[in-house]
Amino acid sequence: MAEPNVAEPGRECWITGIGIVSCLGEGPDAHWQALDGGKAHRDAATYAPYIVHPLAPMSFDAQISKKGDQRQMEPWQRIGVYAAGLALDGAGVKGDAGILGRMDMIVAAGGGERDLAVDGAILTGLPKAPNADRFLNERLMNDLRPTLFLAQLSNLLAGNISIVHGVTGSSRTFMGEESAGVDAVRIALARIEAGQSDIALVGGAQNGERKEMLMLYEFGGFVLKGEFAPVWERGTHAGFALASMGAFLVLESAAHARARGAKPLARLAGVASTRSDRKPGAVTAALEALWRKLGPATGTSGMAVISGATGVAPATAEEHAFLGAHQLVVRATGTHIGHGVEPQFAMNIALAALAISRGHLFASADAGERPLDEALRSAVVTGVGHWRGEGLALVQAVGTG
Amino acid sequence: MRDKMGRPIVVVTGSGLVTSLGAGKADNWKRLTAGESGIRAITRFSTETLKTKVAGTVDFVPVEPLSAPDLSERLAEIAIEEAITQARIGTRGNFPGPLFLAVAPIELEWPQRETLAKNSGANEAVGYDDLLRAAATGRFQPFHRRFVFGSVGEGLAEKFGTQGSPISLSTACASGASAIQLGLEAIRRGETDAALCVATDGSVNPESLIRFSLLSALSVQNEPPQAAAKPFAKNRDGFVMAEGAGALVLESYDAAVARGARIYGVVAGCGELADSFHRTRSSPDGKPIIGCVHNAIADAGLTPADIDYINAHGTGTPENDKMECLGLTAVLGERVKDVPISSNKSMIGHTLSAAGAVEAVITLMTLEEQRIPPTINYQVPDPAIPIDVVPNVARDARMRNAISNSFGFGGQNVSLVLAREPA
Repeated sequence: MAEPNVAEPGRECWITGIGIVSCLGEGPDAHWQALDGGKAHRDAATYAPYIVHPLAPMSFDAQISKKGDQRQMEPWQRIGVYAAGLALDGAGVKGDAGILGRMDMIVAAGGGERDLAVDGAILTGLPKAPNADRFLNERLMNDLRPTLFLAQLSNLLAGNISIVHGVTGSSRTFMGEESAGVDAVRIALARIEAGQSDIALVGGAQNGERKEMLMLYEFGGFVLKGEFAPVWERGTHAGFALASMGAFLVLESAAHARARGAKPLARLAGVASTRSDRKPGAVTAALEALWRKLGPATGTSGMAVISGATGVAPATAEEHAFLGAHQLVVRATGTHIGHGVEPQFAMNIALAALAISRGHLFASADAGERPLDEALRSAVVTGVGHWRGEGLALVQAVGTG
Repeated sequence: MRDKMGRPIVVVTGSGLVTSLGAGKADNWKRLTAGESGIRAITRFSTETLKTKVAGTVDFVPVEPLSAPDLSERLAEIAIEEAITQARIGTRGNFPGPLFLAVAPIELEWPQRETLAKNSGANEAVGYDDLLRAAATGRFQPFHRRFVFGSVGEGLAEKFGTQGSPISLSTACASGASAIQLGLEAIRRGETDAALCVATDGSVNPESLIRFSLLSALSVQNEPPQAAAKPFAKNRDGFVMAEGAGALVLESYDAAVARGARIYGVVAGCGELADSFHRTRSSPDGKPIIGCVHNAIADAGLTPADIDYINAHGTGTPENDKMECLGLTAVLGERVKDVPISSNKSMIGHTLSAAGAVEAVITLMTLEEQRIPPTINYQVPDPAIPIDVVPNVARDARMRNAISNSFGFGGQNVSLVLAREPA
């Protein structure tokens, strides 16, 4: 576990830009309006019986101007490069070569978007091939697009952000489902607070509209099927609804932001993560330990929780009980935007920062989620992985730490 | 003890190594300094119709069933065992620090897809709907655990009892160096006194090989296999895929001394700089490579004049070796002809995600033994690369500071500065 972050004066970390795309649309306003209005967009038909939250229809041209660049990417990369561009725009650093050339980047990525038609044709032909090994080699050599590899490689989301947006200070890609998303933000924050970095782009992207990805999670029985229900109410009918989304944050030391006149949305005051063994009670114990580490006082006024609960049992039930015991006002965004796995934590930090910047929490259509009858000053963001990994972040209004 | 910038000095108190030449540092060192090659004809799968038929596979480690994550995890275990045994740190199953793991991206492989297809009940054409139906039976539950991206990191964190959330990372062929960099930074921040930095790759399988082959990145000189990897030679024609793992126990100097640990070397600095020119090619002006090496030297509080040896990325592709020479010439100036610059990949091939850590371990041995393993297969010098590659035969040399370079697809550049002793 990381030690608590104690930032020196001027090294506290601000969120100065967010870039978010999901089934609710793109950008802060679209997300705010949809969440506040209790809207969701999901698709129960295309991948029936699986329910997914598809990306809202959008053109990528506004952030990826060259069609040639778009063609070099698979959808997960396009979503991410687009969201990264929105974050850079939001922070006011888009096109600023001086800053981008020393901006650090940590991307949480999956990858491996496959050519389903090629895979299907090979699997169909293999049993009939007189020489199966030869058949596989021939088909792969002839049918795989050479550039598909680059569109699949995990670190090529970061690579494409470097190419399209010019972020080149550093480029690191973390893998490992939800934990990758938590630790990407944790490390970026730790580096800024320690003076190892002044400004960083951190986040991730997923295309959830993929059968091979549904399959990976369906092996373990983690995917939501049949009837939709809010994440807290899935009970024994548990699972997560895979989502397409991209989420990036621009994190920056307060001193660096002040020097360039950038306004913060909120302060990222802490991130902590751990790995429990997921025996009964392990998620609860992990959350307790992380909560103590981040140190928000129970009963803090103007505080809410933006939960990344997946809807998977029993982790979501343990988180629900934990948050209930702390008597906190909660919003589980997974009900509305689904589960994006790697980018989910950055997305929820972005939504927390957005709500704090507007001074109040968005409403909830979920009867179990109470309103917050006071100004929102801080938020705890949870990120409990569907299978492994637990994380918390503390987001505060600037000046309230 | 702090460095010039007032940061904790980070030392290596244990390391471990597996390559196609063998398991363990002693065996590898003997073979590396003898100029032996671990590259061989691929026997793991049929290479019929493939252009490239050689690789540096690790065939002496039995893994059943065989998949890239299974073999990668096993290779990492062997390297970690050696590193922890040497460092005498922690207790069995309880390493007192975090895990930073460089590992290739993981996905389901062809044998599993075929198993699913057979169990899908599909009559004629097989598609992903059929595979999904098979997945939904719950009979293939272990495939989830094995093929999620965090799979290998989870297994290693469990087995060795590392602290906190294990970080799995990929910066393509620079991944191993990035793992060391993350450990270095965590210790410098004072977050931990120790870190386990590991890089592993066991992904020589048909599709991985074909993907690189389709990008024309691989050597197609299959006969004899041992001569396929020819870094810096004029007749170089691509890299040779290979497997292996490297593990390092990093500690703050103070913590190492306090517990009486032996210090085997220093991670003095690290630099990185991404390249925005192209997905697979370096910027023709070499600026990102030059900046990366400069950043590493500056981070170590040194100047280019302090660098005595360079463990090159040296893949043996026409492009890499030319650009690396260009970059090093810009950094070292006239000294570029005098500073030995060798490539371990001539013997062990390109261990991909593992390379940065594998070669860091070898570089540390090079400093410790004051002897440089050669660049073998250097028969036809390239006039465009007028450097001392330590051709074909190992050589003794006096060295204090060395650089280990790692560059990867996606514009990834990472350089480490390794030193024999604290400055």
